[in-house]
Order: sequence, then C-alpha cells, then structure tokens
Amino acid sequence: MIKGLFVKKKKYATIPTGKVKQDVPEGIMSKCPECKHIMVTKELRKNLLVCQGCQYHYPMSSQERIAALIDEGTFTEYDADMISGNPLEFPDYVEKLEGDRKKTKINEAVVTGAGQIDGRDVTLAVMDSRFRMGSMGSVVGEKITRAIEHAIDKETPFIIFTASGGARMQEGVLSLMQMAKTSVALNRLSDKGLLFISIMTHPTTGGVSASFASVGDYNFAEPKALIGFAGRRIIEQTIRQELPDDFQTAEFLLKHGQLDRVIHRSEMKKTLSTLVKIHTEGRV
Amino acid sequence: MAAELEFERPIHELEKKIAELKSFMDEKDIDLTDEIKRLEEKLSNLENSTYSEMKPWDRVQIARHAERPTTLDYINYLFTDFIELHGDRLFGDDEAIVGGVAFYKELPITIIGHQRGKDTKENLRRNFGMPHPEGYRKALRLMKQAEKFNRPIFCFIDTKGAYPGKAAEERGQSEAIARNLVEMAGLTVPVICVVIGEGGSGGALALGVGNYVHMLENSTYSVISPEGAAAILWKDASMAKKAAESMKITAPDLKELGIIDEIIEEVKGGAHKDAKHQAELIDQVLEDSLHSLLSMSKEELINQRYEKYKKIGQFGFVNDSIVVK
Repeated sequence: MIKGLFVKKKKYATIPTGKVKQDVPEGIMSKCPECKHIMVTKELRKNLLVCQGCQYHYPMSSQERIAALIDEGTFTEYDADMISGNPLEFPDYVEKLEGDRKKTKINEAVVTGAGQIDGRDVTLAVMDSRFRMGSMGSVVGEKITRAIEHAIDKETPFIIFTASGGARMQEGVLSLMQMAKTSVALNRLSDKGLLFISIMTHPTTGGVSASFASVGDYNFAEPKALIGFAGRRIIEQTIRQELPDDFQTAEFLLKHGQLDRVIHRSEMKKTLSTLVKIHTEGRV
Repeated sequence: MAAELEFERPIHELEKKIAELKSFMDEKDIDLTDEIKRLEEKLSNLENSTYSEMKPWDRVQIARHAERPTTLDYINYLFTDFIELHGDRLFGDDEAIVGGVAFYKELPITIIGHQRGKDTKENLRRNFGMPHPEGYRKALRLMKQAEKFNRPIFCFIDTKGAYPGKAAEERGQSEAIARNLVEMAGLTVPVICVVIGEGGSGGALALGVGNYVHMLENSTYSVISPEGAAAILWKDASMAKKAAESMKITAPDLKELGIIDEIIEEVKGGAHKDAKHQAELIDQVLEDSLHSLLSMSKEELINQRYEKYKKIGQFGFVNDSIVVK
C-alpha cells in the first residue's frame, strides 16, 4: 500500500512534453524513457505499450493500434497502396518517403479501413507518427476523406486516432488544403447524423490539430499527449515568457475545456465500444 | 511616399533622372525634350518588363507592402451602407478580423475579412492582422447570421497567420479554426473568398472555404511563411527568398495547382499604387462569381464546395504512375 503510494508519486514527477521519444527497443527487455522502469518487452506489449511503473504511454504504430482496438479478423484496409507524388519537386522528398515506407511497412502516414468493435461496425483512420512525423500531405487528406465517404455510404461511426506534426511542408499549400478537404467530408458526415469520435494521441499539432482532430462529436486524448496549434518554441519567442510545464498536454486541454475526456489506453476499447453502442442501439 | 522595394529600384532611379532633367531644362532654358522622351520610353519599357516578370519574392514584398489596401479599404470602395459588427458573444472582440453587413449593388451581403493596421498604433490594436480564437468565432457567428437571412458572404483574406500565443492556445485556437472549416463547408449561401494580401496558413484558411477562391495577382497563399519554411528546411530564416521560390505560394502557382479559381489582375506595380482602380478590378470578378452562384440551390452550393475541395491534391498508387488530379 505505502509502496504503491510512492510509485504513484513518481508518476507525476516527469512530464513528457517536448522530449524526443524512442521507439520501443526490439530486445527482450524495455526501459521506460520516462521513469527508467524496466519491463519484459512481451509484458509491455501485453500491457498495450504502457509502462507499469509510471503509466507512460509509448507511441503505438498504426498496426498495434488497430490490433488493440478492432475485433480480430474483422479489419479490411482501404487504399493501402496510395502513395504521394512530389508536387513541388522537393529535393530528397521521394527518397525520404521511400525510406519511411521501408522502415514502417506502410505506404503513408495514415491507415484507414473498416472493422468491428465488439461486433459493431466502425470506419477507422489511424495516423502513424513514424511516417514523416504523421504529417498530412495529399495522400493523408485523400485517404481520410475517402474513409469518411465510406462511413457515410455504410452508415457507420467514424473514428480517428490522430498523431501528427501538422501539415507536410514538402507539399506546401496542397497540404494546407487537405484541412479543407477533410472538413467538407466531415460536414457531410455530420449532416447525415453519423457519429465522429476523435482521439488525439502524442503528438497532435498544427494543421491536424486545427482540422479534423478538434471537431469530433467527442474529443478524447491519451494521457500526456502533446496537443496544440503553434509550436511551444514559436510561442515562447512571440510572447517572450516561459510557458508552464504542462502547456499543450492533454491534461492542459482538459482543464481549458477543449476535451471531453483523457482516456488511459487500457480503457480505450471499452469506452469507444460503449459510445458506439449508445449511438447504435435503441435508435428510433 | 511608398516604401521603395528592392526590385523596383532601377525604375525609381530612372524616374529621378527624368525629373532632374526636366527641372534642369526649366532652369537653364535648354531644350532636352528628345532626351526626356527617349528616357520616358525607356522607363515605360523597364516598368513593363519589371512588372511582367515578377519573381515570387517580389510578389511577397508587394503582398506585405505597408500601404497595400486592406479589407476596410475595399469595403469602402465596393459596398454601401456598411455596418461593422463586433464580438463573438463568448469572450471578446478580436479587431484582427472585421465583419459586418452592407449592400453590394442593391443586394444585402455579409462581409468578413482580416484587418491589418495602417500604422503602429493601429497594428497593435489589430495585432498585425493575426487573429485569436475569438476572431474566428466572430467570423463564424456572422456567417451563421448571413445564412439565417440568406445573404451571400464575401471573405477577404489578409493575414500572416493565426497568432501563436499562450492565450490563443488556452482558448482553443485549433478548435476555432477547425470549426470554421467544417461549418463553412455546410453554409447554404454563396461564399466568395478573395486573398488580397498574405494568405498565411490555418489563420487564412479559417475564412477560406468558399464556392470560389480568388487571389489578387501579387498576393500569396501558403502553409507557412517563406521565413518559417527556410528555418525548418535549411535552419536559416535568411533563405526566405529561396523558400518563396520553391514553396509555390504565388497566385499563378496556386492556379496551376488547381487550388484557386481566378487570378485578379493588379494595378501595374501593385494594388497600393491605386486602391480605387484595384477595387474596380476586384468588383468585376466578384460580380461574375456572385452571378453564377445566385442561381444555385442550397444543396447545389454545398455540393459545389464539396467537389471543389475534394479534388485538391496529388497522389498515385504503388505500381502505377502518379495521377495528377
């Protein structure tokens, strides 16, 4: 009991904002980048990549996220083979995309598809921060828009997990316009009375934060996720004062009325499942 | 006196020379008419070549010109009976965005636009045209009001971007911008947007989801300022000129990318040389756009906006060549 209290104290001693996170090492043991707690990697995965010591939420790949949420064997991916062009002819952009494709085994920064949560149909989009920092270019915008259109056609709820540094610089103003493109689709979804749930994970910033991520019927976030529009450094330079440590964390947004809930990963599937149930059962 | 822009220097030097010759001729009573005529021809050629081959960075300079006409200037020329309306009903009034009701040729309309200041004092009051969340929320309130009374909406875009401040984040900068995008998509009245100066990122787009989006010839529209892009790409903000070239931010670039509908011609040398004439040039395009939208039903207006944005982007498929849409 007393020991438990001490561990709990430690939980609040560190704040993850702004630090560079490492991927979970592939070794047998994994060391938490926050509290240095060492876990057997297999155990860590079983715990949905959450540190048992400090509850730090490790970044999740899109594949891991889908596995943790969608009923086994029910997921069908959409547009898996869609890839970016190089509209601004940016040097090195094609090579960088190619490198990320090899590294992540996915073709772009979002995976979309249809599946079931506890037997109920949903349309899902999961952003993947390992691919170009989850940044949104033409492909991310198009895949999300198409997924929303699928949700409209099949009259399912639309659920998105965001993880993004914002607009993709290398696609310039085309990236900016993806904010508008996904928004016109979301407006149509809303117009049909369909459910849209947004779950912001670390990090959700810039143009993604200022478009679909923030306009869910329900806006949720994972604990301590960095969420905001402008970068911390830019704000500090502009207003010439230091920002509080918890600035732009999920908890900060909750306090300022920007989120419905902060949801621990272990509660995620249950919460989403219940909400989907509330929206699909007993409708007249 | 307009601030001198770097690329215009040869023109100004020649103008000075002609003026000198003229006063010399008057003073000394020597006939230099031929020489002056020759130089004036040269000046005219130089102006034509300079202004017809403007580089992206030259356009950035014009778009940011301290004397470039603002939203309120154009309102003055284009509309009658303008009544400005204030406040978002939630927090405050953001003077970086102005809005109100007016007549456009006997038709009641709503007009909303970013507003820069004309001098330092006004710029402080208007936060250099960089809005806070309450600015976008005021804009949305006025759009919803326009929708209720079936008035077309004109949006003038002219901002460096959303204000990167602590309070702006606390009050939900992201949500305010995002909400406008989604709500503008569903407006049942015609929405016509014109980029009149700088179209900076999300702060610009929050007034920019329209049935038509036009740009003045020397305005810019970008995901990030050239300075910001240079800082990220080359860790050096002084490379802004290079970034302006590669980021494709000018009106001709956006037209080519299929993002905007029309480029509105500017007065030679930029809108600041003759705001009244510039307003006339804008007027022609506004009238045509509005005319084509007024015959559309509510549903058609929403669908037209949907199709317009749906087709923006370039992508391809594995084992396939890139499709340019």
